[in-house]
Amino acid sequence: MNFDMLMSYTPRLLEGLWITLGITGLSVLIGLILAVPVALMRLSSFKILQWPSYFFVFYFRGTPLLVQLFLVYYGSGQFRVELTELGLWSYFREAYFCAVFTLTLNTCAYTAEILRGAIQSVPKGEVEAGRACGMSGALLYRRIILPSALRSAWPAYGNEVIFLMQASSLVSIITLLDLTGVARRIISETFAVYEVYLLIAGIYLAITYLLVFIFKRIEVYLQRHTQSMS
Amino acid sequence: MFDLDGYAPIIIAGIKNTLMVGLSAMFLAIIFGLIGAWAKTASNLMVRGFANTYTTVVRGVPELILLLLFYYGFPQLVQDLAESFGYELTVDLNPFLAGTLTIGFIYGAFCTEVFRGAFASIPPGQAESAKALGMSEALMYRRILLPQVMFYALPGLGNVWLVLIKATALISIIQLDEIMRMAKIAANATREPFTAYFLASLLFLAITVVSMVGQHYLEKKWSRAGAH
Amino acid sequence: MMMKFSTRILLALLATGSVYCQAETLKMGTEGAYAPFNLVNQKGELEGFDIDIGNALCAEMKVECEWVTADWDGIIPALMSKKFDTIVASMSITDERKQKIDFTNKYYTSPVKFAAPKGSKVEISAEGLKGKVIGVQGSTVTENFVKGMFGKVAEIKAYGAQDEANLDFVSGRVDLIAADSFVLYDFLASKDGSFAEAKGPDFDDPKYLGEGIGIGVRKGDDKLKARLNKAIKAIRANGTYQKINEKYFAFDVYGAE
Repeated sequence: MNFDMLMSYTPRLLEGLWITLGITGLSVLIGLILAVPVALMRLSSFKILQWPSYFFVFYFRGTPLLVQLFLVYYGSGQFRVELTELGLWSYFREAYFCAVFTLTLNTCAYTAEILRGAIQSVPKGEVEAGRACGMSGALLYRRIILPSALRSAWPAYGNEVIFLMQASSLVSIITLLDLTGVARRIISETFAVYEVYLLIAGIYLAITYLLVFIFKRIEVYLQRHTQSMS
Repeated sequence: MFDLDGYAPIIIAGIKNTLMVGLSAMFLAIIFGLIGAWAKTASNLMVRGFANTYTTVVRGVPELILLLLFYYGFPQLVQDLAESFGYELTVDLNPFLAGTLTIGFIYGAFCTEVFRGAFASIPPGQAESAKALGMSEALMYRRILLPQVMFYALPGLGNVWLVLIKATALISIIQLDEIMRMAKIAANATREPFTAYFLASLLFLAITVVSMVGQHYLEKKWSRAGAH
Repeated sequence: MMMKFSTRILLALLATGSVYCQAETLKMGTEGAYAPFNLVNQKGELEGFDIDIGNALCAEMKVECEWVTADWDGIIPALMSKKFDTIVASMSITDERKQKIDFTNKYYTSPVKFAAPKGSKVEISAEGLKGKVIGVQGSTVTENFVKGMFGKVAEIKAYGAQDEANLDFVSGRVDLIAADSFVLYDFLASKDGSFAEAKGPDFDDPKYLGEGIGIGVRKGDDKLKARLNKAIKAIRANGTYQKINEKYFAFDVYGAE
């Protein structure tokens, strides 16, 4: 196994990279959007809203992602008849959908927990100032609480996104040919075990630190108002 | 509901291996973490470089890839290298050992950060006064720093444990008979995948709950001890 | 106290890792997800045709069998990195694999066959399979064969294990499965497989399907290979093979001599 031979696999690796990034991107985006209501429900003073959110977050944070993936992908097959009746089977039939579905719920649970912590830590003074300006309810959330929470949650959220990108390597186990899936296929053809895994490790390392860089830049941008003061 | 044609008991029996590999890996991670935290603050540039590379690599590469690399890649690499020098060598890592080493290695990096934070929260005056009393560095670590570090690190270590125990599910891929692999066998044999994997998820949830209760109890006990 | 306990775990761990039995123990590698040839039963034990054959060979060679399982994808790398000494996992003898490992003579032969839901009028031809999704186990001769013959017209989904392809066949994620015919019939005879039936002819094109199913050994392990070949011959001659054959199948799986 030499370097040239590895290079000949570049097109397939790029395809795999595209799937890795696609699944990660979609899950992160949808997961973030869903996390806001889940976090707000958790903070609500109504038990009926609190409990479902609590159990959802608890289940998805308390069990391995690998189990969740198998549960959704192979588990949904056990309910094919019911899902077909609901018109959902055509979605669950696709491994790609199952992967995005599972990763979305997973990251949603973690993100909701991060947001909850951040919302609770918004300084009381800011909220009171907002109220004093006549803001209330949705406007107070939109203008004061959520932006402030986003700022303080950003570093933890960055870690979550990076974690999810790496965790997406697990989708290779439900027949998807992401970066890891392609690597495993190449190995089963060439038996060049460590060469391929080391190469793949390098690619993941590069994506990780690219993400770290991007999140850091956005963090600086978000904190710009504090920079000018010092 | 959870009968699974008689396969349910072997899934539940998988808890034993999950806990064994989890505890061994946690023990290893704590050792790696202590060494890592010491190395990161060391004055020797090379030692610091090693420690930084360690945490950088672990943070940047998926657990699955590291596991496969350890289990399949590493023995092959060593054997190929030995062969090129004219030696015949057998490196045999069984799933338990490969799994423990990989998980321990990965979470050692997280423990490194936990311990670094814990070392930082000890007032610097304590190390200075220990030095003033003429304690050697080793003695100072043992008598003054370590007992306190453990106290400050406990919440962080508890969190590492909660993540680590879930990560052990990955070892099913290299065929260690833990909860997840047993669930997979049961799912495929009975063709009731939802039931099998749901049972597996509940077992992990149970471990999480017990661990959280345990952590809470320990923290309470230690904080009382710390107050005196 | 905690420290002592942890040290014990570490010691136990080192012990399990490094003990390398010098007595005549043969490490047999298999997959454990390929009924009725190799599978894990309710007690968590391995069983099946491959396992019985392997044990019979060990008895014949007067050595101790120690079974180790590996993922199908990783089974050849595992042999090469000496996690075990043989692969007894219904592996077809192909030129591709022969570049990496050696094989004994065959211990059975099996053609490839397709299955589809009962009543579906699918014809096993390039025309009939157009646009269909076919599930196979990845890195197998079946995969190579189906890809080679129908890869241009049909979508081929490769799974880590045959069991997983079967699960997705039951749930309808794939329209057809293709597999070793004995494995296929075993599945079709089960409760979950009863919705489907075998379709089309037996395929045994040696270009894809090799020269039967043999035991894999590391390259250069000629002594072991010769001993295994001798043992295969012996259990064929003394009736042990036939007894194992009868336990699983109503017909002869060895094929032409």
